[in-house]
Amino acid sequence: MATAEGVLPALAPRRVALGWAFVERQTNLWKRYWAWELVWLVYGVVNTLAITFIAKEAGQTGLISARQVSRLMLFLLIGTLIWAYLSAVLDDMSLVIMWERWEGTIEHTLMTPVSRVVHLVGMSCFGIAHATVRTLLILACSLPFFDISFGHASWSGALAVLAVGSLSLVGLGILTGILPMLYPERGEQMSFMVQALVLLVSGVYYGVDVLPGWLQAVSRLSAATYMLRGIRAAVISGAGPGAQLGTLGLLALFGVVMVPGSLVAFSAAERWAKKTGRLKRQG
Amino acid sequence: MISTEPTARHPEPDHRLALDVRGVTKRFRRRRVPGLARSRRRGVHTAVDDVSFKVDAGEIYGVIGANGSGKSTLIRMLSTLLLPDAGEVYVFGHDAVRRPLAVRPLLNRVSADPSFFRAMSPMENLRFFGRAYGLSGGAVRSRSAAILERLGVDGDKAREPMLHMSRGQQQKVAVARAFLTSPRLMLLDEPTTGLDPRSKRDVQRFVAEVRGEDGVAILLTTHDMEEAELLCDRIAFLAGGRIVAEGTPLDLRKGVAGARPLDEVDMETVFMELTGRDIEEDEEEGPDGNG
Repeated sequence: MATAEGVLPALAPRRVALGWAFVERQTNLWKRYWAWELVWLVYGVVNTLAITFIAKEAGQTGLISARQVSRLMLFLLIGTLIWAYLSAVLDDMSLVIMWERWEGTIEHTLMTPVSRVVHLVGMSCFGIAHATVRTLLILACSLPFFDISFGHASWSGALAVLAVGSLSLVGLGILTGILPMLYPERGEQMSFMVQALVLLVSGVYYGVDVLPGWLQAVSRLSAATYMLRGIRAAVISGAGPGAQLGTLGLLALFGVVMVPGSLVAFSAAERWAKKTGRLKRQG
Repeated sequence: MISTEPTARHPEPDHRLALDVRGVTKRFRRRRVPGLARSRRRGVHTAVDDVSFKVDAGEIYGVIGANGSGKSTLIRMLSTLLLPDAGEVYVFGHDAVRRPLAVRPLLNRVSADPSFFRAMSPMENLRFFGRAYGLSGGAVRSRSAAILERLGVDGDKAREPMLHMSRGQQQKVAVARAFLTSPRLMLLDEPTTGLDPRSKRDVQRFVAEVRGEDGVAILLTTHDMEEAELLCDRIAFLAGGRIVAEGTPLDLRKGVAGARPLDEVDMETVFMELTGRDIEEDEEEGPDGNG
């Protein structure tokens, strides 16, 4: 059980080596499926450009002033980049079970002597590294298209929010990874629905204050809302870590609740799948 | 001697026994199927019914049954992937149901389908599975190369994606994956099903050699009577989820031969007479193919 093992013992040297097996495997898969990675990179760049150009259009048609154009561009650019990061982590985590089912390896992987905590920590490490590389590449490819100034940005503030916020993101990813285990035929679609809901309520392309009241209430339950708010405050307004203690505290709280909570939920779901015979390959 | 009763149950697990299965039962709830009559939608399917047996260290124990007789369900319970509804499983004295993490380093498995990350090469796959059992990269490389060579897998092929390999070659890599971790108990679930005759012989020869060399205990499920007789020290017949007979191949044949000469009684006849079924006759499977 995840509760008994805890997260800290998962960092012991032998367990680090076992967790590394998953990082290495995912890296090998990533290299073998490089063409798909290229597709996602191109899609990410095109998506970023298409959305950020909306700010330019708004300026050219006189809807907003030149100063506001620059601010809106930055607002939208951060939204698309953070969404690329969030969705890459969520995708990788939701594949924990799904990919193994596709390949037919699920039974062999789950009978290795690796605790589920170590397995999931390994997958999370790869997910975060993978998402970071992809997002940085999207940023590098997109920047030449815009005249954006990062003069006010507090990178330490943005990194602090991203690092703390990623913990809760991993928790959400593990939770969405449970769905394909519980529902072999519909779990994948359900994971995408969760992602879509996060996109709607977290203020990726707009401030959450434009949402109807009940959706604003839902947005408060999404860690992505605070991540986006914190990173925008850091990059657009230069808010450093000290000025963002409230946001960092909230994100830390999300992480403290969601990571152990999701590990316990995953273990419970795995036990149920073992009882009902769902822990098997498809086809 | 043929026993048609479950093995007697002992309160304390014996650490010398490779496998001690005690009264294991697994039932699956039937799933609702729209359009079927209410009576067909309800109820449970008993895939494995009060099965008990023991396997000694170094022994090859065969479980023979038709498709859907409960072989794969049994293997999945022994692999710690499925929880029994009743009964106990001990692997070298460790409780496989309550302490799966203590049991997993001791066992490994080959299933009828090779099941690999198809885009990765054999070496990349073996490296992952070896590391997940705590082996170093160097140990994985040297052991993999030695096992693959013995199985007749070309070294150059070991670096190409698995999807470029034939079914027989893939199954040999699956055998290498299982023996790479030096398990003390090997679960072979129809390992030669669908293989060409040469690959089948290579795998059977390797299994026989490894048992002789390393003393690994092997549980082999198959519906290939010749294979069972060739490899197994003892055989159990599984029908309708129950063990209906158990013994050495010779004892089983003697038991049904009566006045007939032994060479006129093949294992298929023995199976049919003891179970009342044809080995090729599929039994009813449970929901989601849990047979």
